[in-house]
Amino acid sequence: MGLTKNSVGIKAVDGGLVIQKENGNERVVALAGNPNVGKSTVFNALTGMNQHTGNWPGKTVSNAQGYCKTENNSYILVDIPGTYSLMAHSAEEEVARNFICFGEPDAVVVVCDATCLERNLNLVIQTVEICKNTVVCVNLLDEARRKGIKLDLKKLSERLGVPVVGTVAQKKKTLTELMKTLDKVPLNTSDNAIRVRYPDIIEEAVGIIEDALNGMDCTQLDKRWLSLKLLENDPQLEAQLKLYLGSDFLDNGALKAATVKATQKLQLCGVRGDKLKDMIVSSIVLTAEKICNGVVTYAESGYRSADRKIDRVLTSRWGGYPVMLLLMAFIFWLTISGANYPSELLSKGLFAVQDMLSDLFMKLGAPEWLHGALVMGVYRVLAWVVSVMLPPMAIFFPLFTLLEDSGYLPRVAYNLDRPFKRCCACGKQALTMCMGFGCNAAGVVGCRIIDSPRERLLAILTNSFVPCNGRFPTIITVIAMFFVGSAAGVFSSVLSAVLLTAVIVLGILMTFLSTKLLSKTVLKGVPSSFTLELPPYRKPQIGKVIVRSVFDRTLFVLGRAAAVAAPAGLIIWLAANITVGESSILQHCANFLDPFARLMGLDGVILIAFILGFPANEIVVPIIIMAYTANGSLTELPGIFVMKNLLEANGWTWITAICFLIFCLMHWPCSTTLITIKKETGSLKWTALAAVLPTVFGIVLCILFNLTAKMFL
Amino acid sequence: MNSLDKIKPGEHAVISKLNISGNMRRRLLDIGLIENTEVECVGKSPAGDPLAFLIRGAVIAIRSEDCCGITVRPCKAGG
Repeated sequence: MGLTKNSVGIKAVDGGLVIQKENGNERVVALAGNPNVGKSTVFNALTGMNQHTGNWPGKTVSNAQGYCKTENNSYILVDIPGTYSLMAHSAEEEVARNFICFGEPDAVVVVCDATCLERNLNLVIQTVEICKNTVVCVNLLDEARRKGIKLDLKKLSERLGVPVVGTVAQKKKTLTELMKTLDKVPLNTSDNAIRVRYPDIIEEAVGIIEDALNGMDCTQLDKRWLSLKLLENDPQLEAQLKLYLGSDFLDNGALKAATVKATQKLQLCGVRGDKLKDMIVSSIVLTAEKICNGVVTYAESGYRSADRKIDRVLTSRWGGYPVMLLLMAFIFWLTISGANYPSELLSKGLFAVQDMLSDLFMKLGAPEWLHGALVMGVYRVLAWVVSVMLPPMAIFFPLFTLLEDSGYLPRVAYNLDRPFKRCCACGKQALTMCMGFGCNAAGVVGCRIIDSPRERLLAILTNSFVPCNGRFPTIITVIAMFFVGSAAGVFSSVLSAVLLTAVIVLGILMTFLSTKLLSKTVLKGVPSSFTLELPPYRKPQIGKVIVRSVFDRTLFVLGRAAAVAAPAGLIIWLAANITVGESSILQHCANFLDPFARLMGLDGVILIAFILGFPANEIVVPIIIMAYTANGSLTELPGIFVMKNLLEANGWTWITAICFLIFCLMHWPCSTTLITIKKETGSLKWTALAAVLPTVFGIVLCILFNLTAKMFL
Repeated sequence: MNSLDKIKPGEHAVISKLNISGNMRRRLLDIGLIENTEVECVGKSPAGDPLAFLIRGAVIAIRSEDCCGITVRPCKAGG
């Protein structure tokens, strides 16, 4: 759930990267690294920004930039997507490689995981091949120490021929060293940087092309690297080269001849196709292995046993799924029981303020319509949104962030890969689904972590089947009103949590069903291969998580809701109170929709509320209340039982409540999500399908449930 | 000669050959799964697939059908 103020809402619509220099003297530094090595934590600590962090691979999906100063220099840091390699096999790798190659960074910092250095060196070596101004930042030193892994960073630096700095990203002091090193970098450009020794035949072929390149202007590009890439014959890179070096660069006669000669030489020795790439990668991996030998020492061999023990429970045959469900129910229970009391208190407080406002308006002699529009319209909707949404969000978000930081989410993807594969999709869809719990728009952007375009589309189109935080409070409230109202104490909150879990499970089942349906119809195909890293469990920093999720997620999401709710409150009040003929505009619309809505077990008002809730689902319930109260007169505090009475007075039964829950779970995504889908897919057709698919599911299920329920009653 | 999907949790093996092509092959190479690399199977997903392997210090999940294309041999030390 990549939720920060920059990743949800309209800002989730990513606009690509344009480096914005403030005064033109800043040095541009790219921050590269494998997925899940704490790169974003380093970025945040240095720039003071709040790029989302979490212990799971692939959460930085686009470039982000931030500013940072030392005594001597100012820097622009660019956080590029985490990748294992720069060979550009996936969209993220291409973004990363293109930035390092063609973004002309003054330096590249490769962040490495100290607990898994050897694998990380693969990327370091590839980066050094492209850019000699590389600094290696060995992060998570504290984790390594805890696991009894010793690192000789001095030796590492000697062997790599580039500066190496050890860091613990949460401790800012260790990062000062990194910045000091960066200050020295351009002075340090030396030829000491490591060169991978490839098999002789490749070295010869590279030499032939390099000779041809020597007479040409390749600007900053490393000629040896460029020669190697020309041998590999990668059409995507060639397209980029044409953009960067001019379209006639690759048409140079001498270069073409050299490339052909080198390729023929390789082919004569039987090196063709995959073989060449295999040899190149193997040489790099073996070089990394050699470098690590003697740099990394393990004090004890059992340093991973704790993780394995946890995995044995969380991903076991018998425990895996029940633990997942229980954990979900437990989080919901904490949220519901914890939010109950503060919600009540907030609601009382805010509606007391409403009375005071009313009095004030009376005293000032304001006209009744102004009082109605501002107090009964704008203020009341706002108060509702705040009192109902704030407490559950302030509890749910930190809990979810803790789960995320601990490293549990990749295990969810691991557990659910098989069911997703059955639907011809990919286990990583489970990760994007989890992001959807926070914000569907963020979930849709997160789908970039899925490599196969078909599977990515599946994940995008089905993302809104899980309720986002805008819909959670609505669902919780209706459950509380109609299904646990009479129960008391702990039992009632447990029952709410179980019911909420059931609603979510329904959403997940529908995700599977719709994914399967799509892959059997418009998105036919077989599941592609996938690899997923299961990162080590990490102890989340509880204090930081709470602060971060309250300020970063809760208040922001609340702000967004309020920003939509206030004007919506005004419009709705006007619609509910301006009468044409015998009844209000809202009533006219509701009457028009009523017959169809009744078929779905709802009524016209509810349906119109969902339609008006298109910009933000949070305001669905306030609209319903306002529409009902415009007819009658409700002056008391809208506490939960008063509300229930109001709804029942307007014909709600438990059937209405269930149909409402179904439709809340499954209808068109909010406007922001749809804009994001349009942006991500680049197609109106898919965007339309993303809106129609859940709506059809919702309508059909509502009608089925309504008719069946009424048949038996 | 065995393939990687036959390796049970707790068992070790050494990679002899990748009979996989295209993107998946490159991905496996990127995570360091080249010939002569020792791996350990560390678990199975609750549904029996994918499998989790310890590869060069990192735990990576791979689907069993992809593992079928990876030939392995037993470790020398009998581990």
